[in-house]
Amino acid sequence: MEDLSIKSTGLKKYSVIPGFGLTMGFTLVYVSLIVLIPLSGILIRTLDLTWAEFWRTVTDPRVMASYKLTFGASFAGALINAVFGLLVAWVLVRYQFPGKRIVDALVDLPFALPTAVAGIALTDLYTKQGWIGSILAKFGIEVAFTPLGVLVALTFIGLPFVVRTVQPVLEEMDRGEEEASVSLGAGRWRTFRLVIFPSIWPALLTGFTLSFARAVGEYGSVIFISGNMPMKTEITTLLIVTKLEQYDYAGATAIALVMLVISFLMLLSINLLQWWGRSRHQADHGETSYVLQ
Amino acid sequence: MKKILIHKGWFIGLIAGLLSVNAWAKDVKLLNVSYDPTRELYQEFNAAFARHWKEKTGDVLTVQQSHGGSGKQARAVIDGLEADVVTLALAYDIDAIAERAKLLPADWQKKFPNNSAPYTSTIVFLVRKGNPKAIKDWDDLAKPGVSVITPNPKTSGGARWNYLAAWGYALKKYGNDETKARDFVSRVFKNVPVLDSGARGATTTFAQRGIGDVFVSWENEAFLASNELGKDKFEIIVPSLSILAEPSVAVVEKVAKKHGNEALAKSYLEYLYSPEGQKIAAKHYYRSRIKAVKAAPSFPTLKLFTIDEIFGGWQKAHKVHFSDGGSFDQIYRP
Amino acid sequence: MSSNNKPNLAITEPAWVRRILIGTALLFLGIFLFVPLAAVFTRALEKGFGVYAESLKDPDALSAVRLTLIAAAASVVLNLIFGLAAAWAIGKYEFFGKNVLITLIDLPFAVSPVVSGLIYVLLFGLQGFLGPWLAEHDIKIIFAIPGIILATVFVTFPFVARELIPLMQAQGTDEEEASVVLGASGWQTFWHVTLPNIKWGLLYGVILTNARAMGEFGAVSVVSGHIRGLTNTIPLHVEILYNEYNYVAAFAVASILALLALVTLAVKSFVEWRRDQDLEASRLAEEIS
Repeated sequence: MEDLSIKSTGLKKYSVIPGFGLTMGFTLVYVSLIVLIPLSGILIRTLDLTWAEFWRTVTDPRVMASYKLTFGASFAGALINAVFGLLVAWVLVRYQFPGKRIVDALVDLPFALPTAVAGIALTDLYTKQGWIGSILAKFGIEVAFTPLGVLVALTFIGLPFVVRTVQPVLEEMDRGEEEASVSLGAGRWRTFRLVIFPSIWPALLTGFTLSFARAVGEYGSVIFISGNMPMKTEITTLLIVTKLEQYDYAGATAIALVMLVISFLMLLSINLLQWWGRSRHQADHGETSYVLQ
Repeated sequence: MKKILIHKGWFIGLIAGLLSVNAWAKDVKLLNVSYDPTRELYQEFNAAFARHWKEKTGDVLTVQQSHGGSGKQARAVIDGLEADVVTLALAYDIDAIAERAKLLPADWQKKFPNNSAPYTSTIVFLVRKGNPKAIKDWDDLAKPGVSVITPNPKTSGGARWNYLAAWGYALKKYGNDETKARDFVSRVFKNVPVLDSGARGATTTFAQRGIGDVFVSWENEAFLASNELGKDKFEIIVPSLSILAEPSVAVVEKVAKKHGNEALAKSYLEYLYSPEGQKIAAKHYYRSRIKAVKAAPSFPTLKLFTIDEIFGGWQKAHKVHFSDGGSFDQIYRP
Repeated sequence: MSSNNKPNLAITEPAWVRRILIGTALLFLGIFLFVPLAAVFTRALEKGFGVYAESLKDPDALSAVRLTLIAAAASVVLNLIFGLAAAWAIGKYEFFGKNVLITLIDLPFAVSPVVSGLIYVLLFGLQGFLGPWLAEHDIKIIFAIPGIILATVFVTFPFVARELIPLMQAQGTDEEEASVVLGASGWQTFWHVTLPNIKWGLLYGVILTNARAMGEFGAVSVVSGHIRGLTNTIPLHVEILYNEYNYVAAFAVASILALLALVTLAVKSFVEWRRDQDLEASRLAEEIS
């Protein structure tokens, strides 16, 4: 069976499974129509600017400050979601507790709630008069209208991603491997580290990536809680909107283009990391099974 | 007996309905693209005008309404939203439609009386009951320790009037010294803890979340907010000098022509100047152009300056103050 | 095979560890999910249930619900087909440029909703590349329903594909290869071998697509034109109500989106029920043989 997938012909490795042409063709057409062609409009509009104008627009100190806040808070939010999302997914799949089904069903709501509603609700909660804000104020922590508020909003809107990408992998996971590991004398933690974690790792990274990507572009929920103070709590999308308000389409698309390129590169490196991790894991896996035999 | 009468009425109604549909009445539609705070005003005005139009022509008119931020609405019209008429917060936005999409002539402002602004307003202060920080005039907004709420002039058309009102006051106070005016406005904005992206977001911040000592707002918005959100909780303070805010209206001629709505669109906007239209505007706390029309709570008198007098029109004001690197951005330059 | 059977002590944690994990997970969800949701419902029910129900009966609200359902249904169907094709092509084969393709699929997430709307305006708007031609032929795309659907499809583009890709990769190709070698056609292999293995991922993908499609605000707001009763979706209607100081109605309409959780619950229960039935059937079949 193994040598079926080894032979390589040109760009694609040989496989017995049919349907590559059909699915690949459809995928490429759809990606082009929905993503590539519309997004190319951003590039074309930006070409209205000279290089010097472009550079001045995208490296303005205020814009630079907004990149820092946007990407920094998105990364931190995605990290929080990766840790706790994994935990939530694990708890939902592996354990029984009262109200579990309801909790499971509620996880998607940060998506369904219009972002503006989420923003307003979060702001109400986290100002000094709010339910949570009043408690935090006693400890001298201010959330609303500070970068911390941006982090809260971005964590909220990215919450479902990690849970929902890790969950199906855990659901479909073959418990046999875990049993084998235990019967070979490995402890629970060791089993998690060596058997379970490697199989959920790609899904976890996907969830992290999606949560991060979503946060970078978020607008509706953030503008309410951030306070929009120049140099301090302005997110990049807000600056795009202010350009549009001045009918400066080229300036707006220039900043959008920079965000797009940065996001693309970050997403690509995460995807490469995942691919690298996967191939290494497969190699390891092959070896272990050989040893077991 | 009663039954027959009802039947008769029903029958006559049916015949009349059939006749009116077949013989002469048409169903006509008009799209009015407006900005945020005019919802209540146009809801009432549209019904009044539809009645008027029915009497005049027999046609059944449905006015479709679209509301949003003034700049965003103007962009939508530029990009193809088929508005027959636009009723926006500032002339600058209608200028943009004329300039970029050429949907109406550049001299649109001359097509209707009073600079094509059928109703006006001004910028006033909303403070908490009892006025605990004793705010009387613009000077008090620049004092340390006073927290001022205003939306972001970069994203909210209405907030640009606030900014220019403060600037105009400072120019008058310091004998047209630009540097001192800049310093004054900087001090006011240093007191602003949150720059909400839209006017009504800022209202919520002030009224519902209890943030800030004074809310700088359009007069009509201040009245509406204190009526809707608690009459006993707020007071309106009128400064000694403020700006005459002139929200503009225009027929989007190319679109109206395409829809065959030219006459209708023109009558629609003209009706805003009629006693009936002015009464409705006054009811929604806009200042009327006709002296005889009185608002329910009468408006206090104060000295008003226009944007043309002090700033030389919107184009110039926008370039100097709100474009990137303009006077507003300089306040926040580190 | 599945988790609903009696816990096997060897492959689970001690009770105190389980309790701590469940507690931490619920605490996190509590702060970041339940409390904000509770805040929405508190505001919605502030003036009692009568006002709440009244605000849902408004004809403008109903037309917004209808438009939202249309846009969500279109996005789910289109992105489901795409997601399956893309995951099959990416998960089952090795080819050059795979990582770039995956990244392109991720990209719509990173695009700000404002920009997602803007790209269609740049393309189909009157000042855009295709706008003048469309206007000449009186075809309306933006500021009409097609534009709203396009923007929604764009923002929900990656969900199904991104759920399925890691799943198909984790499962490898052994089962499919065996099936093909044993003489099954590609379609049969997909239907009988692959689909049962990916059903959870597929389900979550659809649920997320649907949720996001219903809740999308930014992108739709740019292409909608905000015409009352015509091109307003639920989130846009919420914005209108909020801007009218009608907070109760705004949060009431927003809270009906929370009903989505009930749909999620129902669909998941149904799939689980079907799975248990399948298990039962196969056990019976085993016993008989």
